[in-house]
Amino acid sequence: MIAHTIFFYVFSIIAVISAIMVTASKNTVHSVFFLILDFISISCLFIMIGAEFLGMIMLIVYVGAVAVLFLFVVMMLNVAQQKNQWFLSKSSSGHIPVGLIISAIIFFELIIVVGGWKYKPELISSNNLLQNNEISNTHSLGQVLYTDYIHIFQISGLILLVAMIGAIVLTFRQREGVKKQSYIKQISRERSEGVEVLEVASNKGVKIDD
Amino acid sequence: MTEIGLGHYLTLGAVIFSIGVIGIFLNRKNIIVILMSIELILLAVNINLVSFSIFLNDLSGQVFTLFILTVAAAEAAIGLAIIVVYYRNSGTIRVEDIDKLKG
Repeated sequence: MIAHTIFFYVFSIIAVISAIMVTASKNTVHSVFFLILDFISISCLFIMIGAEFLGMIMLIVYVGAVAVLFLFVVMMLNVAQQKNQWFLSKSSSGHIPVGLIISAIIFFELIIVVGGWKYKPELISSNNLLQNNEISNTHSLGQVLYTDYIHIFQISGLILLVAMIGAIVLTFRQREGVKKQSYIKQISRERSEGVEVLEVASNKGVKIDD
Repeated sequence: MTEIGLGHYLTLGAVIFSIGVIGIFLNRKNIIVILMSIELILLAVNINLVSFSIFLNDLSGQVFTLFILTVAAAEAAIGLAIIVVYYRNSGTIRVEDIDKLKG
């Protein structure tokens, strides 16, 4: 139990510090790295309290795909030269105190809710998706996911498909002046348009226009 | 203090959520950091759902976390695509310079 406590504090302190650094670091690339660190420590927490499947999925999806996507876009867009003026820019720093106040209010509301909240004792026994402790977390999630939640599962797959198509449609463009190979043109080429037999007069040559 | 309960995890989620909200408000850099703050907020929601699911011994919270993960991935992909298109059209993604709608 004491190890659980120590690991909880270590991982949560790392997570909170890296979350602060995501918003506060000057370089956007560093923010992405801190985001990766945040996801890794939170997934360690998930694995620690017994949600192994979600922890691993978090590592694979967020660290392996989403954060690398962020890194890719940051490096592609050349934002490194746009050094930020965090508190320096005077024109638009007027809403910074408003943001701080709103965030502090949200935080204290959440703390009040967490602190002064007690759930009914019959809440635990009233649900029908009780976790069976004899089979593993992944096993029990799979049993539920493909039976009770199959429609939502399919819809989430549909969401991913729509997102993929949307991203491709948004970023696709046809450039001018780029030579491209056209297979249909190559295949449908006939002899009549490819070869021409000319009568060549002597000492005059042929003028070829291409 | 030594016993880690539900309240500790909920407090961690609240802290990360508030940091995400602060990141959205205080951001003077580019829009990508705002997207990362949204990811932080979704992460805090995931922490809440998973810890409730574990401590109440109910699996449905973890199932919903899976769906939130899916939606967050789709949102990140679409948002980054929009940012790439915007950068291509206007040459900047600074938050201050994005005022085409004059809002």
